[in-house]
Amino acid sequence: MSNLGKYSRRGLLAVGGLVGGGLVLGIGGAFLSPDRLSRKGGDSYAGRLSTWITITPDDTITILVPHAEMGQGVHNALAMMAADEMDANWDHVRVAEAPALDDFANGYIVQAVALGRQVPAMLRHAVNVATFTIAQLGVVQITGGSFSVRSTGDIGMRTAGATARRMLLTAAAQKFGVPVETLTVKSGIISDPASGKTLRFGEIATAAASLPIPAEPVLKQRADFTIMGREIPRADIPPKVNGAARYGIDTVWPGMLYASIVASPVFGAKLVSVDAKPATAMAGVVRVVPLENAVAVVADSWWRAQQAVQALSPVFETIPASEVTSATLAKRIADTLAQDGKTDHHQGDGASALGTAVHVIDATYTAPFLAHATMEPPNATAVVANGQVEIWSGVQDPLAARKVAADAAGVSVANVTLHNALLGGGFGRRLPGAFDYVDQAVRIAAVMSPTPIKLIWPREEDIQHDFYRTTAAARFKGGLDAAGAPTVWTSTYVGTGDDDAAHLLYDIPHQAIDHATIDHHVRLGFWRSVDHSFHGFFTESFIDELAHAAGIDPFAFRRDRLTGRARAVLELAANKANWGSKLPEGQGRGIALVKSFGTLVAEIAEVTVATDGTVKINRVVAAVDCGDVVNPNAARAQVEGAIMFGLSAAMWGDITIDKGAVVQSSFPDYRVAQLADTPAIEVHFIDAGGPRGGLGEPGLPPIAPAITNAIYAATGKRIRQLPITKTDLRRA
Amino acid sequence: MAFSLTINGQSHSVDADPDMPLLWVLREKFGLLGTKFGCGIAACGACTVHLDGEAARSCSVTLQEANGKSVTTIEGLAPPEQPHRLQTAWVAAQVPQCGYCQSGMIMAASALLAKNPAPTAADLDAGLTNICRCGTYVRIRAAILDAATMAAPTPVVGPNL
Repeated sequence: MSNLGKYSRRGLLAVGGLVGGGLVLGIGGAFLSPDRLSRKGGDSYAGRLSTWITITPDDTITILVPHAEMGQGVHNALAMMAADEMDANWDHVRVAEAPALDDFANGYIVQAVALGRQVPAMLRHAVNVATFTIAQLGVVQITGGSFSVRSTGDIGMRTAGATARRMLLTAAAQKFGVPVETLTVKSGIISDPASGKTLRFGEIATAAASLPIPAEPVLKQRADFTIMGREIPRADIPPKVNGAARYGIDTVWPGMLYASIVASPVFGAKLVSVDAKPATAMAGVVRVVPLENAVAVVADSWWRAQQAVQALSPVFETIPASEVTSATLAKRIADTLAQDGKTDHHQGDGASALGTAVHVIDATYTAPFLAHATMEPPNATAVVANGQVEIWSGVQDPLAARKVAADAAGVSVANVTLHNALLGGGFGRRLPGAFDYVDQAVRIAAVMSPTPIKLIWPREEDIQHDFYRTTAAARFKGGLDAAGAPTVWTSTYVGTGDDDAAHLLYDIPHQAIDHATIDHHVRLGFWRSVDHSFHGFFTESFIDELAHAAGIDPFAFRRDRLTGRARAVLELAANKANWGSKLPEGQGRGIALVKSFGTLVAEIAEVTVATDGTVKINRVVAAVDCGDVVNPNAARAQVEGAIMFGLSAAMWGDITIDKGAVVQSSFPDYRVAQLADTPAIEVHFIDAGGPRGGLGEPGLPPIAPAITNAIYAATGKRIRQLPITKTDLRRA
Repeated sequence: MAFSLTINGQSHSVDADPDMPLLWVLREKFGLLGTKFGCGIAACGACTVHLDGEAARSCSVTLQEANGKSVTTIEGLAPPEQPHRLQTAWVAAQVPQCGYCQSGMIMAASALLAKNPAPTAADLDAGLTNICRCGTYVRIRAAILDAATMAAPTPVVGPNL
């Protein structure tokens, strides 16, 4: 329907007309100044253009968002950013998710944000940091790393909106015969104050489509925002309260059959044999499909497939990993911690400062493996026929999932169509590297070709075959001078990361932070807030230990080593929580501050520890500096949700290993928070401008240490291992 | 085997395994996809429906057990033009994030509210044990308490004699 005919001088923006009139504005994935990017990849910049904004003569503005909606409100937020720069009438805006096509790759934009800083962890598979190889970025359409608003939104959507506005104004100025600077625009209506004439966007869109593309669209200043900063209700919410919202699991295709699956309990062990008869003897079962490390059953209903898969006794290989237990892993971590790690961050002279400190304390912290447990279990619906693959799922990177599907079917990605649905939770489980359910669905569908197959994992399969948040540990030493000031901080940690999550916000002169890794067979993935999820707990607990060892209030101890934004966030939290006010016996208040994904979050938890050791979290106050807030209501929701996700993990989250396999299997033994566990939560934003940070994850890291620091305040017991329920908190 | 069910006010006969869970009957035989699969063991509540007016976790109710009973799913909770007050409160509080658990939440909450029109926060803590991984609980709590203050739908009454 549209024709993106004209390219800007740089080949970065494109504009075209619509059949029936109207304006199409496209943004090349690489629209950014090439000076900011490596030129490697050269011609692959050309032609990668996506239709982001269309304006039709009836004034309808359609904005395509190249990000997955998993409850974070990204469709709404990004459309708000474009519409604000346009000065559009929000009531005319329709939002849709961009299709899974290379044209909508967002990797370029994420890269631009990461450039000069750090490539987000979940992009490392796709980005060659040394060369920023563009061909790889062209297959990234990722939603993760708390990046959407600050990358696609701040760089892409706002530029697209500002460009559209400028073109509409220029077309109107030509029609009115006046200089463009004399026109005003508000809510989708362009006015010529001199003549009193007005034009709606829809009336001038076709004329705008024939204009050249402005070279440098000017973005608004914060004071001029009219849509950003407002609590605009999310359009995805009404269908989520009446059952109309459709997720990957809701895919229906004519003639579709259903599959359930059981994979090797031990990661890496292959299927040796399976006797299909117990399943094929059951009603409705169509076929038993052995895979490399799993066996699936296809039946005429999912429940029948699931009953049949449970009737099987597949034999899997015994491999060295079959001996691994949580205890053997813990010993390996302890042995590793006892040795010197690789240098991560050093300043001053940690070793000699420890020698001269008046008071030295040391402590070792541990954190377990964690599962995501998205409410919607992993699933995908696939049909393989005539060399073509069509697949429906809900994923955090449809282009990467499409590649997995292509590889599974042995076809090129050009022969794969992927339809991305709403995600029933993401949290990292549906990121690249974790598309085993897509791979399986396509392989089963290939065997069953041309019948469409809907594969749904039972919950037990989800808990036992996740890509887990890694187990981690840290050994700290800290030294205080005679006045109680911290002079030295050393740590060796075992974890996955080599990023800055272990680094300190606090001004401590001598630091030696080292890291080590251990090899094991447990599958690891990206879990909401990634390494910050455990480093936040480690660092903010040990700084609390230093404060108490110094006999100084933990808030004041932190504040005195902070400046600028970090100090302001900490102070806001303390003020809002009435830090220092008296609490009843058995209650305590704890504070923690973590910077992650460009955003500072301080949280204060108030807890009650009963004499039987039961912990009740009564209240959490969060203070957040993420720069400009796009939608305050949706932003609060992200922080509330991150606090609850982190609270579940802190209190109960524990994936353990026995005989190489995950022990837990469902919610009864992988407990997560319910309503009764939910504290009152207050979220306060600094919202004073400044560079935007992410918001999907930063609310999570401070909550575990805020709770454990509060427990210490209430009981004098220092919790150094998660989950909290491992520690006996009974009082005599 | 054929069983009879009243689903959202309509009588149906359904021929399926007696021990097939109601959840899969609703989803696969009737296309009522608003009722979600979460765990299959009645631990999460994503599949909550009303069975003769009571909240029930449909993954753990067999077709045979549901035989002859009246089932209400999220699709049948209220007509679109006159949403249930919980649905109104849910939108006003912008409760859902991913939304996957919300059908079950609203069905559980509506059953609770029908029995206890003026619940306290403690009543909700005790009575609503569904799981939401996005952690929308603070808004769920607020929305139910808000809905409880709204006028209940006008009961249908006969002519005033």
